[in-house]
Amino acid sequence: MLLGRRTWIAALFALTAASFGACKKPGGQGSSPSGSSSEIVIGHYASMTGNTAHFGQDTDKAVRLAVDEVNAAGGVLGRQVKVVTLDDRGDSAEAANAVTRLIDVEKVHALLGEVASSLSLSGGRVAQRRKVPMISPSSTNPKVTEVGDYIFRVCFLDPFQGKVMAKFAKENLKLERIAILKDVKNDYSIGLAEAFKDAYEKMGGKIVVEQSYSQGDTDFSAQVTAIKGTDAQGIYIPGYYAEVGSIARTAQRLGVKLPLMGGDGWDAPDLFKIGGDALENTYFSNHFAPDVASDKAKKFVDAFKAKYKIEPTGLGALGYDAATVLFDAMKRAGKTEPEAIRNALAETRDFEGVTGKITIDQGRNATKSAVVLKIEGGKAKFAATVAP
Amino acid sequence: LSEFLQQVINGLSLGSIYALIALGYTMVYGILKLINFAHSEVFMVGAYAGYYSATWLGIERTEQSGQMFPIYLALVVLAFAMAVSAVLGVTIERLAYRPVRSAPRLTPLITAIGVSLLLQNLGALIFTPNPRRYPPIVKEVRFEVGGITLTNIKITIFVVAVLLMIGLWALVNRTWTGRAMRAVSVNLDAAKLMGIDTDRTISATFAIGSGLAAAGGILFGLDQITITPTMGVLTGLKAFVAAVLGGIGNIPGAVLGGVLIGLAEQLVAGYVSPDYRDAITFVILIVILILRPEGILGVVRQEKV
Repeated sequence: MLLGRRTWIAALFALTAASFGACKKPGGQGSSPSGSSSEIVIGHYASMTGNTAHFGQDTDKAVRLAVDEVNAAGGVLGRQVKVVTLDDRGDSAEAANAVTRLIDVEKVHALLGEVASSLSLSGGRVAQRRKVPMISPSSTNPKVTEVGDYIFRVCFLDPFQGKVMAKFAKENLKLERIAILKDVKNDYSIGLAEAFKDAYEKMGGKIVVEQSYSQGDTDFSAQVTAIKGTDAQGIYIPGYYAEVGSIARTAQRLGVKLPLMGGDGWDAPDLFKIGGDALENTYFSNHFAPDVASDKAKKFVDAFKAKYKIEPTGLGALGYDAATVLFDAMKRAGKTEPEAIRNALAETRDFEGVTGKITIDQGRNATKSAVVLKIEGGKAKFAATVAP
Repeated sequence: LSEFLQQVINGLSLGSIYALIALGYTMVYGILKLINFAHSEVFMVGAYAGYYSATWLGIERTEQSGQMFPIYLALVVLAFAMAVSAVLGVTIERLAYRPVRSAPRLTPLITAIGVSLLLQNLGALIFTPNPRRYPPIVKEVRFEVGGITLTNIKITIFVVAVLLMIGLWALVNRTWTGRAMRAVSVNLDAAKLMGIDTDRTISATFAIGSGLAAAGGILFGLDQITITPTMGVLTGLKAFVAAVLGGIGNIPGAVLGGVLIGLAEQLVAGYVSPDYRDAITFVILIVILILRPEGILGVVRQEKV
């Protein structure tokens, strides 16, 4: 009920904002996204505030870094690139609004976004309907690119990510019985939990209990207590960092000393701020390990640090890759018509990205390897790499 | 069994936080017959006041050096947060409720919702909507008793809540302010005729209720690890249900209701499904409104404050 109240007001605000925006540019020229100048406009919709603010902010920083670099090198097709970022506050209705506004008001040539799969799904449906190519940097749920032929991604998928962690738990950590704690309000979490369970059970492991929570919850003591009452040897938590940090603290407080494991949704500095030393000796699968990286990745990490004075996350690296893959496609297409960009994107082969070689397959997904990171001394460190 | 006891202990500490917040709802209702929806935001502001004062007092340094945050400083944090919330509560009453006090009862109710939304969004603007980890005002110490893990935090929450409730009981029953509050709750006009400064009494009620909410906010932060500007929405609503369950306008009822809601929530989350943890509160609300609308302890014209 309360969510409804908030969403309703948000929708009202968005409507007002959108109508103001529309007033500013009367008589926008139909669908031809030429823009007033010769700039190429890219729309980025992201959760710049809210429970997953770090996802949006990190990605946006990296996208802007990529744009600055390409502009300094003369732009794309001789034109400067401009990026417009809209905040969706981690809300799926807002994500759809943001995409609509980027297409109608800002007249973008292509879209980047979102990190969270639920939001990429809702934004992607709008992009597909309006036939504007969209690249999700880091949404791993398989359904995202199934929305249609204009939706791409530059990261691996959850079935693979789940398998990676299952393999690591079974073979490296030698765990036989695992409890799952998933976020039932989150497509990403549900999909990843399922993938992990499938893979782990196929390898002969046993899932002793599946517990759940809802995004935004702050009290996890009931779930952790229930897990404590089983003979589980580890807990798999495919959630987002804010809740994961709290869960780790709760586990520590309740005297649960099992290894915790998760996915790329853990990857944010706030994880450490909230979870602190309760996260020691936990593991998560990710796209990229900043401490062991290729030359291209090192260059990216250095440039990012020089510009923002902080370490990039894996999500940032993917944001950078999504932007550079898009520039590459525009260059190969030779023009900025949506359909031409789309076709060029679909033909991306062996693109050297920060997070590895990117090849777009039939399903508009990228086939890539994954890494497992271990948290030690308040930092995520490389532990293993797993090829597809 | 140890798992059950663990859940009960978790439920008790959560319940005592609900009880502290419920007291504010019930006191204001007892006096003005107004459901103060802005109370949940007073609770949120109290938690943030505690957060900032602890930060200013250099809690980060103490935490990094592994030392304990001195108890007198923790009390300063508590007192500061209670004062901030008390001022906020009184200001809300003065600006938003007093001008419409003689209007039909629906008017102040709608004003209350307006104030609640305003404060929520101001909170998001000023504090940013990102979840923040609550500073460990009480350094965590764990110990095991027969398979149950206790922390000093859970005990602190329980003790602080009980002490504040005893203080409130003494205030209401043993002081002139308390006597005035009880008189106003029985009949505002008659109390005025007897020479009671009703405006001051109402302000005092708001101040006390808001102070208790701030204490609840700090305990909530300690217990739940993170705080956000929207933390008051659901927690406040549950505390309100607790007040109704115990019998709105009835002080011991609010405490009983809070503890029952906390226990019900925790046990449902542990033994049925965590997906129903919020739903159970409102199921209880529906049942109590059908079976006993006056609440468990809400006998007609008991002592009402």
